[in-house]
Amino acid sequence: MSDKPHKKNTSGKDATKRRKSTASATSSQKSFKGKTKTTPAKKEDTPTTPTGSATESGPPDDIFPLVLTSKTQELFQCRADEDLTQDNLHKIIKKEEILNDMKMRAAVSDFYPVKQMVMNYPGEELLLVFDRDFKYGQSFYLVGTEDTKERILHPPEPSEEEGVEEEDLMETFVYKTPEPKPWESLGSDLDIEEESVKDSRCKHRYKISRKRREFGAPVMFTDRNASVARDGYIECTSYPDKSFCVTKMEMDTGIQAVPQLQETSTQTKWKYPRNACTQYVPREFTDEEKENFMNSQSLKDFINSVALRFEIAVQQNEIMDAFFDDWKALREDESTFGGKTDTHLKEYQSFTDLYYSKDKAVSCINWHPTIYGIIAVAVSERLSFEDRINLSAKLVMTPSLILIWSFSDPIHPQLLMECPDDICCFEFCPSDPNIIVGGCINGQVVLWDISAYAERLQSTRTGGAKHTPAAVNALPGFEDKNVKKTPIVRYCAVSSIEHGHKAPISDVQWLPDYYEISRQGIPLENKNGICVQIISCAPDCSVYFWDIRPPNTATQAMTDRKKLEEKHLQNPQGIPNTFKHLDLTWKPLIRVGLPRIETSGEYSALKVSLKDIFQEGRLHGITDKSRAAKLEKPDGGFDYRMLRVPSAKNLKTQEDISTTFFVGTEDGDLVYSDFKMEKDSDSGKLTSSKPSHCFVIHDGLVTTVKRSPFFKDIVLTVGGWTFAIWKEGVMNGPILQSSASQKKCTVGHWSLSRPGVFFIGKEDGNIDIWDLLEKTHEPSQTQNISTGQITCIKPWIVSSKQHLLAVSDEFGTLHILEIPWTLRHPSSNEKLSVTNYFEREVKHLNYSEKRREFREQEKRDMDAEELRRLSEIVHEKTAEQLEEEVQQEFREYLKLEKHILSDMGLIKPAEDTPLPGV
Amino acid sequence: MSEVEETLKRIQSHKGVIGTIVVNAEGIPIRTTLDNSTTVQYAGLLHQLTMKARSTVRDIDPQNDLTFLRVRSKKHEIMVAPDKEYLLIVIQNPSE
Repeated sequence: MSDKPHKKNTSGKDATKRRKSTASATSSQKSFKGKTKTTPAKKEDTPTTPTGSATESGPPDDIFPLVLTSKTQELFQCRADEDLTQDNLHKIIKKEEILNDMKMRAAVSDFYPVKQMVMNYPGEELLLVFDRDFKYGQSFYLVGTEDTKERILHPPEPSEEEGVEEEDLMETFVYKTPEPKPWESLGSDLDIEEESVKDSRCKHRYKISRKRREFGAPVMFTDRNASVARDGYIECTSYPDKSFCVTKMEMDTGIQAVPQLQETSTQTKWKYPRNACTQYVPREFTDEEKENFMNSQSLKDFINSVALRFEIAVQQNEIMDAFFDDWKALREDESTFGGKTDTHLKEYQSFTDLYYSKDKAVSCINWHPTIYGIIAVAVSERLSFEDRINLSAKLVMTPSLILIWSFSDPIHPQLLMECPDDICCFEFCPSDPNIIVGGCINGQVVLWDISAYAERLQSTRTGGAKHTPAAVNALPGFEDKNVKKTPIVRYCAVSSIEHGHKAPISDVQWLPDYYEISRQGIPLENKNGICVQIISCAPDCSVYFWDIRPPNTATQAMTDRKKLEEKHLQNPQGIPNTFKHLDLTWKPLIRVGLPRIETSGEYSALKVSLKDIFQEGRLHGITDKSRAAKLEKPDGGFDYRMLRVPSAKNLKTQEDISTTFFVGTEDGDLVYSDFKMEKDSDSGKLTSSKPSHCFVIHDGLVTTVKRSPFFKDIVLTVGGWTFAIWKEGVMNGPILQSSASQKKCTVGHWSLSRPGVFFIGKEDGNIDIWDLLEKTHEPSQTQNISTGQITCIKPWIVSSKQHLLAVSDEFGTLHILEIPWTLRHPSSNEKLSVTNYFEREVKHLNYSEKRREFREQEKRDMDAEELRRLSEIVHEKTAEQLEEEVQQEFREYLKLEKHILSDMGLIKPAEDTPLPGV
Repeated sequence: MSEVEETLKRIQSHKGVIGTIVVNAEGIPIRTTLDNSTTVQYAGLLHQLTMKARSTVRDIDPQNDLTFLRVRSKKHEIMVAPDKEYLLIVIQNPSE
């Protein structure tokens, strides 16, 4: 190793260090380094010749500078300047030898730094080159590759100046900084230019800001209508895209049917009932205050201002009823006219008993006043007086009865009432329907008390069981066999035979409960509130008043009292002792006689009619309970024994009760009398007054004297072949008298609902229904009920829809008929019309009376004049005068004849008016 | 006072008039020709009815006022004349 003076001496072992360190004192070294580092294609570096030459540039990769020790040099025969000289720089060393060397000397071996290269060397022989110039920094270098080895061993032919330069450079290594050459484009810069981004112009800079004063100002938003401003909004409307149309073929849905439920609850406060009451009294003023008010001026003014209105209004009402519906009223009339075709009495039911009423006639009918459907019928023998006497023995055996029928059982009567003899008439007591009074043929007045059987009658009304409670409770075998039989009630009292009537009692009636008659015949106030008196009349020319109360003990005779005591002991047959005080000792209160007016003798009364009498035909209740209450027995009924005939002084006289009455007689007269007793001036006794009027009207017995239920002063009398209607107060004669009918009229009765209608029963079993507003010369209807004579007619109002008519005949049958609507429904203002009719008739009667008088007067005058005329001298008339007179007479006669004939329609009048053209 | 009585008597004496009642503004009767219980009943009820009728009339037209009230029933007619302080009631049975 020769050291050059300008080179530093570095250890050969530190070659790596050198290679690595870039800092180098010499620029040449630096350039080496630069060379080693850079690629040959780099621009910056001084363009060096392509490093084909290893000597010129820094050690290339395949050149490995080495430092060999002398020992190594000896080993491999490459001692410097001996083996390897300037002319022979190369030495071929075998790879194996190097490897052996390395093995032997390991790290001390000079080839150790290139160990790797040696091991990788592909060939067998490596080239070692003596580097005299220290081109690569060391005295030796090893060539790493074959190519380079080949190149170095066999250097290529110098072709170019570069090669030349190479040789030159190889000889002297002078580092020259590469000269900058103009860049030669090879086409890559175009691509680069395309891809690179360059600003086409310089960037503009804008600064935008709001006005200073708007900084921090509150924001105010306003609305803007987007549709108004152009392009205010951008819409992306949907459109049917035909390209996309997929129909849903199936859809999977779940359904659940759930009832809608709602749960609610409330809580109410529980209010508990508490008994509480209030009592209030209306506010009223004291009398003083009222006086003050009356005196005040304000009231005066008020009344004055208001009075006129009232006067007008009240007067208006008086003049005319503004709300009267004429149309409706008209319709009512029309409907009765032709509407209903049913005008006949319909048969409702009929009663006859095969045993009790066989061959007997019904003498009297009466409806039970309170219980619906119960009717009582008195049956009597159809025998004349003589026959009665003849058959008296037989008649005693057969009991006389009143049958009580119920609608529920048309075959068996409900109750039988036993009478001492045949009953001609009887009546229920209006205030106590369990008491019945009847008049016998033998002149006795009979009383019954059916209180015990009232329940039975009541239960039959409901159509109930025939069994009485006793039967239900009875044990079998011990039953009362008579339970099913109709019970017989015996009369509980009869009047005294000596003091009673001496002829069959033809009429018996109860006096109403609001008055009673004293011994003088004066009507007095009845404090009892129940009916206590009875009026009866008989053809023995007397009218008796009876009182059912026990007589004052003072007036009773000793004999009577004895009888009473006797009777107390015996009480067979369980008769109720309601009237025990009267039995057989009963005397009438008053005896009213009917002396004839003009002649002597008396009227034989058949029927009597008082003005103030109970109206039958309706269900009554007890009229005055308050007064009657203290008489009531605990089980119902009244205790008549408690009653006493009061002294007349204690009672008030009833002024408005009239004491007059009508009596129908056997001779067909109607007698109008007064039952007030007069004191006879002569004897001081009380006698009855003479009747005021007597009308001979009928040609037979007067069978009916009945007041109209609507007009207290209108009386209907039926007798013989006629009937008549009278008005009390009109003494001229009857208002209406019928013409003689074909058959005898046997009974008559007013209708209870229509003022102008009444029924007349005939001998042949017909009923004539008369309607005064329709026809007055003949009955409006005739209906046949039975074949026998009608003996009694009694109408009854059950309800507004049902009016019944009970008709009995002489064969013992009781017919119940239903009155049709036309006969029971009064037309509007019927009462008024009938009243007017009666008034007209009265006027007519008066007028005709007057005319009669006038006529009579006239007749008398005419007679007087006639006489006068005859008494005058008859003047001789000349022949002509006579002839003229005769002619005149003849002419007058012809005229008269023509007139009469034309009236009769036999001849036509001379000049006919021409008939109008057809 | 006699004037008032006279007028009332005159009204009462008309045909069909059943009763007359004078009532104060509160419905308390001042003078009557009927019995007490009936009077009190009529007074109370008709007073209320009149007030109702009057308020009805005034509701429809506030310048209007009720002068006379007539109530016609099946049996009779009740006539009422109201005033600020009093009420006069007359019951009449109209002609048939």
